Amino acid sequence: MDWLYILMPIAGVKIFWPGLIILGVGVGIIGGFFGMGGAWMVTPGLNILGFPMAFAIGTDIAHMAGKSLISTLRHGKFGNVDYKLGLIMLVGTVVGFEVGAQMIMWLERLGSVEVVVRWIYIALLTFIAWTVFHDVGKRRAKERAAAAKGEVLAAGATGVEWHKTLHKIKIPPMVTLHAAGITCSAWLPIIVSFLTGWLAGILGIGGGLIRMPALIYLVGCPTHVAVGTDLFEVAISGLYGAATYTYKGRTELVAALIMLVGAAIGAQVGAVATKYIKGYGIRIAFGLAVIGCAVSILLKLVQPWLPAYKTLLNNASTVLVLSLVSLMSLYIFVRMVQGAKKELAMKKQK
Amino acid sequence: MKKRLSRIWWALTALILFAPSWVLAAGGGGAPVVIVADTRKLDGIMAWWANMYNESHLEFMILTVLIIPTVGVIFGILADIVMSWIGIDLKSRELAEH
Repeated sequence: MDWLYILMPIAGVKIFWPGLIILGVGVGIIGGFFGMGGAWMVTPGLNILGFPMAFAIGTDIAHMAGKSLISTLRHGKFGNVDYKLGLIMLVGTVVGFEVGAQMIMWLERLGSVEVVVRWIYIALLTFIAWTVFHDVGKRRAKERAAAAKGEVLAAGATGVEWHKTLHKIKIPPMVTLHAAGITCSAWLPIIVSFLTGWLAGILGIGGGLIRMPALIYLVGCPTHVAVGTDLFEVAISGLYGAATYTYKGRTELVAALIMLVGAAIGAQVGAVATKYIKGYGIRIAFGLAVIGCAVSILLKLVQPWLPAYKTLLNNASTVLVLSLVSLMSLYIFVRMVQGAKKELAMKKQK
Repeated sequence: MKKRLSRIWWALTALILFAPSWVLAAGGGGAPVVIVADTRKLDGIMAWWANMYNESHLEFMILTVLIIPTVGVIFGILADIVMSWIGIDLKSRELAEH
């Protein structure tokens, strides 16, 4: 069974290559569907396959750039990418990310930065999950109220409407974002992207996990456009990240390319699945993914208080992340196949 | 309550505005660790690739940044062809809801 293993030329370790393809497919599906890079899922996966941590992050970012590009092209054809919004936000994201990353170096000198970062991460994920389910609950309440009056809630109606308050701020220049269908002050996406980029820099993540809900709840994008535009951002920032990590010698291109084989298929499946699942379905699934991510980090955080269970908690965290990836990608894949079957049947009827 | 919120906003604004200067004052990170690829067990394209890594990280970076999006687009187009062949409409989507 030696042919199932490939020697990585830079890291110098033998890796089970079908594992890389499977991981690529899973993360490609989730990334294309939710509009995020998914570093929190890939890095532990690569680590399990035998990658040293130093190479796991760089390799993940390199494959993320390619995978997000594929998803962006697909979402672009569906009209889900607001390129103007993406380019405006890119400025804030890059500046914010650099400030955040430099702050981490500064915090490192002060002491236990890792614990502080993880607690910030937990607080942030809890807030995002709360926002998502609060929004879902509010929309359901509106649906019930409309049904009681004998009316049907408009398809574009939302639960949480923070963006409407933010759109009232009319500091020039004003911009009209056609794909997103909104007109707002250009400062709104710039400030939102700076803050999300800053947080991403502090937390050491790509930022899709924060930017996607921020695009929905603060900027006011429809769910599908938030997913597509976020992927556009991830593709560009991923390429920048790949360049810096590769320059530091921390990328294993062979592994990234093998993962891309799987991710190319997965990203298409994930992006096409958004055709068949309504915006609020995506939001609920996203909220569940955020909860899973938060629990996996929490399992790592409690280890200092439970040293006897350290190995168990570590394994539980990894199993949780990988189970989440498998279950979610399976769910999205099944929904995509069901939707495609329905579409093909309707085409035949015509 | 309003006063407290206003104080929090001012503190956050000050934090964001002054963060870069604090960071610059604190200096950069530690010395980077240098990793050298072991080329003894490699041959052909793999050996060439590992040698380039050892000789020039800049060349290695430029090639990586060119290869990743190119391969991404090629694989994307291939997947497109397969999905179109199945018969899925890959060009339009009805916007169901917000």
